[in-house]
Amino acid sequence: MEVPNSTKARVAWNRTDGALQVSLGGDWELERPWPNEAEEALRQARIPGLARLELEAGGLGAWDSSLLAFLMELVGQAGAAGAKVERRLPESLDRLVTLAFAVARKEGSAKDRGEESLLARIGSALLGVPSACQRVCAFFGDVVLALGRFATGRSAMKLNDLVEAMHECGVRSLPIVAVTSLLFGLILAFVGAVQLSMFGAQIYVAGLVGIGMLRVMGAVMVGIVMSGRVGAAFAALIGTMQVNEEIDALETMGIPPIDYLVLPRMLALSVMVPLLTVFADAMGIAGGFFVAITMLDLTPMQYLTATVSMVNYKQGVVGLVYATVFGIIIAIAGCYHGMRCGRSAQAVGEATTTAVVHSIVGIIVASAVITVICNVLQI
Amino acid sequence: MPEAFASTPLPTQPETSSQPPVISVEGLQVGYGSYVLMRDVAFDVRRGDIFFITGGSGCGKSTLLRVLMGFKEPQKGTVHFSGRQFWPGSDEDRLAVRRRTGVLFQQGALWSSMTLAENIAVPLRQYTTLSERDIRRQALLKLALAGLSGFEDYYPSEISGGMRKRAGLARALALDPDILFLDEPSAGLDPVSAKLLDDLVVELRNGLGTTFVIVSHELASIYAIATRIVFLDAQARTMAALGNPGEMVRDPATKESAMLFLTRGQASQAGMVDDPQGPEITGMVRVRQDQAPSPRHKDSL
Repeated sequence: MEVPNSTKARVAWNRTDGALQVSLGGDWELERPWPNEAEEALRQARIPGLARLELEAGGLGAWDSSLLAFLMELVGQAGAAGAKVERRLPESLDRLVTLAFAVARKEGSAKDRGEESLLARIGSALLGVPSACQRVCAFFGDVVLALGRFATGRSAMKLNDLVEAMHECGVRSLPIVAVTSLLFGLILAFVGAVQLSMFGAQIYVAGLVGIGMLRVMGAVMVGIVMSGRVGAAFAALIGTMQVNEEIDALETMGIPPIDYLVLPRMLALSVMVPLLTVFADAMGIAGGFFVAITMLDLTPMQYLTATVSMVNYKQGVVGLVYATVFGIIIAIAGCYHGMRCGRSAQAVGEATTTAVVHSIVGIIVASAVITVICNVLQI
Repeated sequence: MPEAFASTPLPTQPETSSQPPVISVEGLQVGYGSYVLMRDVAFDVRRGDIFFITGGSGCGKSTLLRVLMGFKEPQKGTVHFSGRQFWPGSDEDRLAVRRRTGVLFQQGALWSSMTLAENIAVPLRQYTTLSERDIRRQALLKLALAGLSGFEDYYPSEISGGMRKRAGLARALALDPDILFLDEPSAGLDPVSAKLLDDLVVELRNGLGTTFVIVSHELASIYAIATRIVFLDAQARTMAALGNPGEMVRDPATKESAMLFLTRGQASQAGMVDDPQGPEITGMVRVRQDQAPSPRHKDSL
């Protein structure tokens, strides 16, 4: 918006003892910085002992908020010093300056919040851990109570919602679970084959892939894929509902959001993750099978027989225990962070990220715990 | 009772009729697919106008605003900004115009991850070469004009709805736009805050010469500050009236739908002052004085 034939903005000042006279001229445009004398005039206004500020705008041409910002700064400083301000300005300009000072500045502003030191941040994060654990436990307890209501037929949960949630997180996850598990079985077979073929024990690749997938890796793969695909979606959906006060709307109608939103998702995941794990196990074994017959000179029959003889049904049962626990962890992490979401777009993003991070960390920690328990029980 | 509003001083019209209109709309037809929402819409907005787009719910006020903001392409007709083509036109044409317009969205639409000062700084960083210190000063000024001095380091979630609206206005002012679009500025505000916002609009228009295009059905605002209005009729699917609202209610040629809209509001306002029995006999549904309320209605009260 460069005005043609515009002259440069001018500021002239004259300080005599307690009085500062400032005269303004030229064209003021937002795109251009203030003239150098403007900063000098501001510095003069900061020198103590200012009793009077006289503003005058004789040669003023076009102006916009560039000039207003300067006047606000200058008048503000004079006001802070307790000086009397005499404004001889065009009326429209004068009214805007008045408007800028019409509402008293709110003191004790957000600036005072300040940055906390690193030590303080670590401290407050640690202090928050027990109450966070308590909240998660309370949330889990709420879900268990909701499950009780569901078992006794007093739940607000609709069977339709459950079926839909199962379809959403089960059926529609099949392609991605298929691809990741197949490739994972392939990788497992490759890595194992290099070592095992050194002493002619390629046939044990069948056991490695079969037991590895069935016992833990199938469940872990499904768990990680599902926390990204489904856990994030739960947190984003419920978080956005929180932003739009939709959760509050449910509560006011006497529909517990836990029953209505959380329970179907949790049940769906705790059923579908084990089922998807069975599917993932099969895909993983198929991947290993492919590597064995194309690269390791094993016949299909040899590989399948070896798999059947080495893999015990117990491995599969242990895998399903992992999977059920993972399903519950993903659902809790997703729904909990969604329900606790703040009321802004940023909060939804944070809730989603935290949900995914917590469910993946939860999956790893839970598999470590279950592995140790299985070892102790010698399963 | 039109006299009640005739006493409200209307802002004076700047003498700039020789320039091309700031916005010029001709033969506009807007719709979705084969559905026509409005046709034959034509009006000019002059520099310094406080121009209201008004009408009943569902008449297409907001859609018309989206056309003027460049979000929605009209089916027919042209829109020019100060003689430059806008619709039909290329993205570059529209970008050049958008640079000179500001928008206050209905909910403020402040970026929630930034403080108020940072919100205002975004367009300044994008379009000007000002230093960070000058950008900060501009942000402080715009917030002060909007009556939010001292809130520059607050996040949008930490202030009230009315403040968020004023902060949205401060952000819309960031680049000293020639034209400001306001979408339902007084929706969700209490009458006093709405009045303050109206006053702010008049001050900014008088001080900075900004042209305002406001979508609203708030009759109090329309009568207080509008220099001209366009009234859209949902049934007729076109504009029913164009002009100054005060003159419009006195003009017998004004179409019935617009008259109804403008005077019903007056009746309800007059009713609140004159009738101590309360607002239930006024408003959009006129209940006759001699009509006794049904017992059920009474019980529910």
